[in-house]
Amino acid sequence: MVLNRYPWWKNLLVILITLIAFLYAAPNLFSTDPAVQITGVNASIPVNENTLGAIKDALTENSIPYKQIQFENNKFLVRFNTTDDQLKAKDHLQPVLGNNYLVALNLAPATPEWLKALNAVPMKLGLDLRGGVHFLLQVDVDSVLKQRMEGDLNNVSQALRSEHIRYSDLARQGSDTVVLQFRNADELTQANAFLSSHFYDFLWTQDPRNNLSLVGTLSPAALQLARQDTLEQAMNTLRNRVNELGVSEAVVQQQGGSRIVVDLPGIQDTTQAKNILGKTATLEFHMVDSEHDPRNALGGIAPAGDKLFSYNNEPILLKNEIVLRGSSITSATSGFGDDGRPSVNVRLGGGGESLFTRVTAESIGKPMAVVYVEVKSTPKIVDGKSTIDYVTEQRVISVATIQSALGNNFQITGLANAEESRTLALLLRAGALPAPVTIIEEREVGPSLGKQNIDKGVLSVEVGFILVVIFMAFYYNLLGIIADIALGMNLVLIVAILSLLGATLTLPGIAGIVLTVGMAVDANVLIFERIREEIRNGVGIQASINAGYERAVMTIIDANVTTLIVAIVLFSLGSGTVKNFAVTLTIGLFTSMFTSIIGTRAIVNAIYGAKPVKKISIGI
Amino acid sequence: MEFFKQNTKINFMAQRKWAAMVSAILFIASIISFTVYGLNWGLDFTGGTEVQMSFPTAVDLNQVRDKLQNAGFKEAVVISYGTSKDVLVSLAPKKGANDKDMNNKDEVVSQMMQVLPEAKVQQVDSIGASVGQELATKGALAIVVALLGTMIYIAFRFDFRFAIGSTVALIHDPVLIMGVFSFFHIEFNLIGLAAVLTVIGYSLNDTIVIYDRIRENFRKMRKAAPIEVVNQAINQTLSRTIMTSMLTLVVVLALFFLGGAMLHGFALALIIGIIVGTYSSIYVAGSLTLALGLTRQHLLPVAKELLDDRP
Repeated sequence: MVLNRYPWWKNLLVILITLIAFLYAAPNLFSTDPAVQITGVNASIPVNENTLGAIKDALTENSIPYKQIQFENNKFLVRFNTTDDQLKAKDHLQPVLGNNYLVALNLAPATPEWLKALNAVPMKLGLDLRGGVHFLLQVDVDSVLKQRMEGDLNNVSQALRSEHIRYSDLARQGSDTVVLQFRNADELTQANAFLSSHFYDFLWTQDPRNNLSLVGTLSPAALQLARQDTLEQAMNTLRNRVNELGVSEAVVQQQGGSRIVVDLPGIQDTTQAKNILGKTATLEFHMVDSEHDPRNALGGIAPAGDKLFSYNNEPILLKNEIVLRGSSITSATSGFGDDGRPSVNVRLGGGGESLFTRVTAESIGKPMAVVYVEVKSTPKIVDGKSTIDYVTEQRVISVATIQSALGNNFQITGLANAEESRTLALLLRAGALPAPVTIIEEREVGPSLGKQNIDKGVLSVEVGFILVVIFMAFYYNLLGIIADIALGMNLVLIVAILSLLGATLTLPGIAGIVLTVGMAVDANVLIFERIREEIRNGVGIQASINAGYERAVMTIIDANVTTLIVAIVLFSLGSGTVKNFAVTLTIGLFTSMFTSIIGTRAIVNAIYGAKPVKKISIGI
Repeated sequence: MEFFKQNTKINFMAQRKWAAMVSAILFIASIISFTVYGLNWGLDFTGGTEVQMSFPTAVDLNQVRDKLQNAGFKEAVVISYGTSKDVLVSLAPKKGANDKDMNNKDEVVSQMMQVLPEAKVQQVDSIGASVGQELATKGALAIVVALLGTMIYIAFRFDFRFAIGSTVALIHDPVLIMGVFSFFHIEFNLIGLAAVLTVIGYSLNDTIVIYDRIRENFRKMRKAAPIEVVNQAINQTLSRTIMTSMLTLVVVLALFFLGGAMLHGFALALIIGIIVGTYSSIYVAGSLTLALGLTRQHLLPVAKELLDDRP
């Protein structure tokens, strides 16, 4: 048997992985430019030569130097030399371009096209490395669940009444249970059969202690679904709002069961950010005033009790009385009505339905309008200082004819097409935040501190790395240098994997990488010490190399598994900063095993393997 | 280059009574310091607001303190942060305050800036009190889970005596680290906790390397007493222990001196952890395993898996 020779495929694998790692780590070598990105709010807004002209004019007028303006994917990207120029440009461009355009801050990587084509992009930098604002929002999911239960309670009582099943009492118990009392067992059996087939989100059981009472418990799956829905709706709304803030690389992420993380890189003004994140948008249902001609009101005077709106570019008069508020809507789904035409199925709960039922009963055959109300903020420049204007915007999003008195479940019909019904359902759901949201954590990092943090982080990696490299070369000579090559490869691999995963690098993440350097070298120290020991015991060179690797591998794996356990625990702690540390530590663990065991072995085998060797350069 | 030309024959286990005493004293001292001084919990665990600001020139902390006190920030803690130009101001959450109170953070910052116009705000962290408490509970739980998880792994791979020995060594390390943090009143924040957990993993590395060797030696040295076997294992792995600890220490020292103020606590916890961890894996883990009565028989069941150990 020939010792210490790798089969050709193993060598090829090492070479291939090395090449791929270099390729995907490469984008991080190119610098990034502070930039602003200009897009239309929707596809119908033209982004063209005129826009470019306006951008150029605004920048020249305010003498803001820029590096380059690029056009791609229907958006303009203006690159600047400094963050100051970038921020100044954003403040000046938004008022010039108006509300139809979004001006977003961006950190534009200077990745060459051929790398981009391979999907090779640089790592994202965390807020602590580039400045920005981080919010942790607590979503009051329980209030939504309570609202839903109240709604369900109403629905149950209504359904039982219309089925002529009599009950003596109906009450909510805790956050997920409904208790019904009956006068006789017949009614209970009837109710049980009816409710089990109609309200299947609940598990209906007879109370063993009281045979005249029926208990309905919201199933854990339905409960979980309701919670998840609430969170997803909240995240949707927040994403829409973050877009308005003009941050192109914002992160909106769920954390745990009731929290949302919002990271806004590059943002400097937390007050503005908070106003927009916490801003309330609601829906209101108004009756259409069809007795007066809206064209007469165009002159400026609307009839008493009315307000003039425009819908599909036509004037329309709405009565001031709010028939229903969006907060009463517990769910909205798009679908098709009995006549096969697109519709939106709306479910109400949490109060407000009785007025709605009464008014709609009186207004059969009359049109009703849905109005979207939102408090908008627009940055403006007054006397050279930027301020924010708050404007309440009201927009009629749908007008439909009432076909019958509307209860807790009703359909909005008269919609033009399926697209419109989907949009309306989305707006009904996502227009407003589904639950009260509180900011419970806020971190703000200035851009200069971010720069400082990354410089220091990189410097400490470099210094630590160089010291280790020098020491290894001194102590283990040629084998030390081989370990050093593996150590460098390990860094490249970590960076490549982080870039490929689209992971964010933070300062604790850098600390994780630094630690990995220490741990990676341990594997080689273990192997080399073992080789030395075997040689000292008089074993031949080839056998010593082989024994060193074979024996050390199990120890290395054992030692790394325990670090992995710790990393998993850290990851499950859930907080962003520590999570990042855990991620880099875990990646580093695996890459270091590859480079320090397989990587170094490939080189050692190539140099010493499968031939008579009298001496090995391992420092003894 | 070699630390030792020949295999060392230091009788580590002979001093194990002394080591146990030193350990016990340090352990108890740590706990006393912990109960007397308490731990200087960071913002992550207490909630509150921290404003990091930098001044154009070196500032007198007392002046900053006075100015803030006059402006109504009676409870403000002002410390220097990294350099003499950088200052960290911490405000504890108001007693009985709920999380909504932190929404006036912007107001607090602008009030501070009015009395300190020359300062530039670098970083503001504001955390609700309940989030902090929750994280503290989770953090404590994380340490326990990490200890249990690693203990189970060791018991599974080696023997429960090893598991107990290593776990005691592991508890020993974080307690000593926290003792130092408490005695010198160094802030203990979330990333410090991450460091403590990392030390648990690191210290275990050392322990496992020694345990692996003990297991191997039991098989080779058929006639030797357990104490000799353990001694031999520690000696055989001594070069590696010194080399790895030193290199990791070098890296962490670089982080401590160059990584900036944000990573100070983290790096410090690791420096202490590496020193203490190296010692504890030699003494605490080794001698406890002996004290628990480890013999060759305990390691026989795993012998078959090492048949392919020989080349």
